[in-house]
Amino acid sequence: MTLRDEWRRVGAIVWKDLTTERRSKAGLNAVAFMGVLVLLLFGFALGPDTQALQSAAAGAMWLAMLFAGVLAFNRSYQLELDGGALESLLLYPGARWSIYVGKLIANLVFVTLVEIIVVPVAMVLFHVSAPAAWAVALGVTFLGTFGFVTLGTFYAAMSSRSRAREVLLPLLLFPMLIPLLLAAVQATTSLLAGDPMREAGAWIRLLAAFDIIFLVACVFAFEYVIEV
Amino acid sequence: MAAATLQVVTRRYGRRWALRGVSFSVAPGEVVGIEGHNGSGKSTLLRVLSTAIRPTSGEIRVFGSDVATHATAVRSQVAFLTHYPGLYDDLTAEENLKFTCRMLGLGFGPIGPVLERVGLSRHAQEGVRTFSAGMQRRLSLARLLLQQPRLLLLDEPYNNFDASGIALVNEVVRDVCKRGGAALIVLHDRHSAAGILDRVVRLGQGVVIADEACEDGEVGAATISAGSASARPRDLA
Repeated sequence: MTLRDEWRRVGAIVWKDLTTERRSKAGLNAVAFMGVLVLLLFGFALGPDTQALQSAAAGAMWLAMLFAGVLAFNRSYQLELDGGALESLLLYPGARWSIYVGKLIANLVFVTLVEIIVVPVAMVLFHVSAPAAWAVALGVTFLGTFGFVTLGTFYAAMSSRSRAREVLLPLLLFPMLIPLLLAAVQATTSLLAGDPMREAGAWIRLLAAFDIIFLVACVFAFEYVIEV
Repeated sequence: MAAATLQVVTRRYGRRWALRGVSFSVAPGEVVGIEGHNGSGKSTLLRVLSTAIRPTSGEIRVFGSDVATHATAVRSQVAFLTHYPGLYDDLTAEENLKFTCRMLGLGFGPIGPVLERVGLSRHAQEGVRTFSAGMQRRLSLARLLLQQPRLLLLDEPYNNFDASGIALVNEVVRDVCKRGGAALIVLHDRHSAAGILDRVVRLGQGVVIADEACEDGEVGAATISAGSASARPRDLA
């Protein structure tokens, strides 16, 4: 199979996953609702102090995305497991990295849709306005989401055949996400405050490095984790 | 060149050995039934042949390609009908086959004729969620037809099929064999496959306990395979 064939397989998986999600709708509704719910709980826990809410906004938003995302990753493999489709998927001729990349792109689109709902809600609940460097903030959101989805898709594959996958996935995923969470929250907080110390750049570089390293590692390792 | 060759193949799940040194070969054009009690290793045998799982030890070749080192080459020649339909419930019948075509790098041209052949052309635009078990099985068979395999691996293929479905499975098997391919069929009831079987290999506790020839659809005398007995690995004996 040529590289072009593999990318065609990637496209097929993206199409299949997104079509299935669009038809069922339950996934997007549940995951977005989970994200909003986490934000509300943070809001209640922090109380009506506007300054406390504003300083916690970035952390609350990223944690809401993380919790909601875990649901999305579990769902993406549940689709394959329901009718025994995962085995059929693995038996198509071709490299298995294309399955991972297809799932990664589909999850990225899905989580981005969830963010389109959750981020504005976070801004309203936590009394935060769009930063002056909004394009950079969008870039940070993308880099953070990309790294999160890269690892989430990988670990969801790893835990998909386990009976305790709903528990196993966060246990595997969250410790690995600590550097990413730290960098994303610090960069977002800094940008929301106007980046007075010019520190966002360093955190953004850390995010980019995290994304590249784990993307390469996950693409190469996927074949071994998906093996029975 | 043999369609499939297994040499002292073992497979372990944790502490349990599913296959304990299975050796036999399948010639092109041959239809081999696999029989045995529950847990005798029938499905595991098909799964290692299909590359779904790796054998713990031993060598498997499909039309000359080693399943361990040339898995992609093997997958392009093998089609595996499992217990499960392997379909996506939220897609229509046609969309499921379009997905298969995309994964195989094919155009959508063969979808219409294949749906016609399995008797689902009137249901092409219906969601698989609404299909009966038999219809889902027919669609799984349609997916196999798109693959144009040289080696068919069928795990209890007659389940959920009516008489016309059983005839369809047998017709597909005959077609593959006519083109120089071969088929391995896991069976519980030999009658459905009467007339198409050339041999029946019987498994018991992960080893070949009999290799029987079938003629004119009837099962011949059982002959214990000496090769399978000697094939049992020393560490498992």
